[in-house]
Amino acid sequence: MMPSPAVHREETPAYWKKGVQAGLPIAIGYMPVAFTFGLLAKAAELSLFETIGMSVIVFAGASQYIALSMIVAMSGAAELILTTFIMNIRHLLMSASLKERAEDDPKWLRAIYAFFITDETFSVAATSPEKKITGSYLLGLGIVAYSCWVIFSGVGYVMGSGLPQSLQDSMGIALYAMFIALLVPAAKKSKKVIALASSAAVLNSIFSFVPTLKGGWGIILSTLIAAVSIEFFMKGDERDE
Amino acid sequence: MSEQLMWVIVGMGIVTYIPRMLPLVLFHTNHLHPKIQGILKNVPFAILGALIFPGVLTINPENYLYGGIGAAAAFIAAWLNLNVIVVVLSSIFVLYGYTFL
Repeated sequence: MMPSPAVHREETPAYWKKGVQAGLPIAIGYMPVAFTFGLLAKAAELSLFETIGMSVIVFAGASQYIALSMIVAMSGAAELILTTFIMNIRHLLMSASLKERAEDDPKWLRAIYAFFITDETFSVAATSPEKKITGSYLLGLGIVAYSCWVIFSGVGYVMGSGLPQSLQDSMGIALYAMFIALLVPAAKKSKKVIALASSAAVLNSIFSFVPTLKGGWGIILSTLIAAVSIEFFMKGDERDE
Repeated sequence: MSEQLMWVIVGMGIVTYIPRMLPLVLFHTNHLHPKIQGILKNVPFAILGALIFPGVLTINPENYLYGGIGAAAAFIAAWLNLNVIVVVLSSIFVLYGYTFL
């Protein structure tokens, strides 16, 4: 290893560790979701190999759930893949937004950590206090979330039903609580953040009544409308990031 | 379908990976217009709003209050600047308590 030329740069292990720590709330949130996915996959008569395979290869919660219901409904392969694409096209926005904050890592490294982009890992990374997001931070964050997702898909499949229902129900709040925990500190400091989040929330709630906008499209559309219009209507960036 | 299912899963994986990867690998940030950069910086906070609502209210489809209470607990904990993990655990705890009321 060459001695690092940058004076202020923290060591890579420190970033990696920060990423792993930041991934822990996601891991808690993924546990019940992945566990339930495993349960449902068994009910949908997938093999253990296929269940874990889907979590390993796709790593996208909502679309995996939808895939199961479509498999049960005997939908065709093309339909399944197209639905998955529509559900997950919103990652395009997150990837572009992350590119703005990410360090200039080599392409191959960006190609690797891009795989770990989910609603949750993106939200954590994008609201992290660091000015620049490093590759090792993103890898630490992504790998913690990913391992938890994969392992608990398998655990859910094998255990059938283990956790008491009331606990599973209450754990359903975990990911939302995390989103709230990421949003509130930023909102306390900036009216722009409040405007962005509340307008997107209202729009997405309205869109949820429109059948074609459920799921993927609604989130994309409400995010885009809010992010674009507030950029044009609200003067100045009050955020002190 | 199960013969074919593994290939469908691979297809799902590919169409999921492409949008994740394209901007990160192919964009050249320096050439983006400042307005577009501003918009991209807005995305995280807008997306958080859209992810929370209306989803949080439907975690128990029969009782919107259930998700509402969990969200309120998380909001209060986050307002007190508690660590993210603590916010998550306390909202789980509050809802777990609520189910026994």
